[in-house]
Amino acid sequence: MTPASERLLELAGVGKHFGGVTALADVSLHIKHGEIYGLIGPNGAGKTTLFNVVTGLYQLDSGAFDFAGQRYTRCKPHLLAQAGIARTFQNIRLFANMSALENIMVGRHLRTRTGIWGALTRHAAARAEERETVQRARELLVYVGIDCAHQTLAKHLSYGEQRRLEIARALATEPKLLALDEPAAGMNATETVALKALLQKIRASGITVLLIEHDVKLIMGLCDRVAVLDYGKKIAEGVPEEVRRDPAVIAAYLGGSAGGEHD
Amino acid sequence: MRLHRSSGHLTLAIALLALPFIIDALFGHGWVRIADFALLYIMLALGLNIVVGYAGLLDLGYIAFFAVGAYTYALLGSPQFGLHWPMYVVLPLGALIACGFGVLLGAPTLKLRGDYLAIVTLGFGEIIRIFLNNLNAPVNVTNGPQGISAIDPLQLGGFSFGDSYNWFGFRVDDVHLHYYLFLAFTLLVIFISRRLEDSRIGRAWVAIREDEVAASAMGINTRNIKLLAFAMGATFGGISGGLFAGFQGFVSPESFSLMESIMVLCMVVLGGMGNVGGVVLGGVLLVALPELFRNAAGPVQQALLGKVVVDPESLRMLMFGLALILVMLWRPAGLWPSTQRRREFDADDSVLHQEQETVYDASK
Repeated sequence: MTPASERLLELAGVGKHFGGVTALADVSLHIKHGEIYGLIGPNGAGKTTLFNVVTGLYQLDSGAFDFAGQRYTRCKPHLLAQAGIARTFQNIRLFANMSALENIMVGRHLRTRTGIWGALTRHAAARAEERETVQRARELLVYVGIDCAHQTLAKHLSYGEQRRLEIARALATEPKLLALDEPAAGMNATETVALKALLQKIRASGITVLLIEHDVKLIMGLCDRVAVLDYGKKIAEGVPEEVRRDPAVIAAYLGGSAGGEHD
Repeated sequence: MRLHRSSGHLTLAIALLALPFIIDALFGHGWVRIADFALLYIMLALGLNIVVGYAGLLDLGYIAFFAVGAYTYALLGSPQFGLHWPMYVVLPLGALIACGFGVLLGAPTLKLRGDYLAIVTLGFGEIIRIFLNNLNAPVNVTNGPQGISAIDPLQLGGFSFGDSYNWFGFRVDDVHLHYYLFLAFTLLVIFISRRLEDSRIGRAWVAIREDEVAASAMGINTRNIKLLAFAMGATFGGISGGLFAGFQGFVSPESFSLMESIMVLCMVVLGGMGNVGGVVLGGVLLVALPELFRNAAGPVQQALLGKVVVDPESLRMLMFGLALILVMLWRPAGLWPSTQRRREFDADDSVLHQEQETVYDASK
């Protein structure tokens, strides 16, 4: 068992249902500081629901989760972002008519303070903060590798760039846990390799990563541990190699063949 | 470059200062009065622009805040209650009360979006008007449909904007003086709008307009930021309303009909939502053009057809509707939409290269 101090996020018996449909049933798992934790499962298994619960977009129906030593049962999204959970969305949700730079600057909202008075008077502290916001936004564009695009509107970026921009925007909130919902969806092989390198870089900088992904190859090559959801239940958890050989997982997700990697 | 800009500003300042006298000389007194009203409407439109243009919250009852400001001024500065509070107390108070009403409207509608929000705000606007219309019994507060008359003129110290003065052989009338007063307030509102737009708060508003879910996931307290938009917009409406009451000397509920809300919304949408310049343009056009048309429609028909076939008043609304449709067809983003803003920090790209190697450090 992992000592509690090493756990960043711990779900205890989390349940969520929509009308008669059970999206999550008594899911318990924990994510350790500094690991890349994969969440896989067939379509409709409840992966995104779990994300939405943990980021406050859905309120859970039963159970609770602990994040960074704090227990949550109901919480607003912006407070969880404040606490240090940042996310991206499966169907990209950037601020389409803002530039790439501005998108990231919005991510800095949480860690900056300028209010109405500062905006109107532009006193020294407000100007310094604004400069720092721009500076950090630019650094993040460079960091995720789309620095050439800072003035481009988000909607005009390519698909892969949009995915990267979403990651940059999430990083701007200075998260402890970065939750990525299918970041490689729609990417070609080259882009996926670059994404993998980016995620490793993020982990190396001390940020824990929670990853939903359909690309099994990516999951197997990247994650320290993996949990498998099926019909809202956790059916397996462990290091990728073990999970991959788990008969329940093979039956539920990978299909009959043992080497069933579908690229 | 800087010199060029400042000389441009100087030219603009001189033009704005000379404008009422130019209008007076060319078109007559009535048009200076119209210019005064245009400034009041520009203030209103800029206030609504914060709610609709920046934060993307469709408010169809915005004129209610104008009414609140106007009635605050009217009740505290007229024989109605025998109160004659000075302008520098009543105007800020009107703005504050309007701001309060903004929060009052904002709070229960926060979870509504799009069409639903529009319907609730529309109802709110009507409620305020009907209240003002019926608040003459059992206790007479607003004087009902008769409205409140003999409202104190706008005055500061011993100086009244409602009088005429003779300075250095120049005759300066009340319409000119009000023009300068309203111009000062309009410039202040423009300044505030632009500063807010280009700030952390402004970005949060736009983020909410673009995608509320993503904005909240990025840590924006959407409730507070939306309330702030309602409050700021309502404040501008309240100031404009107070000035309107002092200028007119008379207010009645019929000045605050749904049509007025729609008119202000049209200024924002036609001019260019979210762009201060566009909104100002929309305000000027939608005040000036109908007046121009009203004056021209009769004589033109007389000249072409020998008699007045259609009443200029109804023709005016017809043309107004047509103009709206045409603008929406050809310039759906407005006459002067907000372009991608260029900011001072875009000028130097050298910073970018220095930071090429900087690695994002979460522990900072």
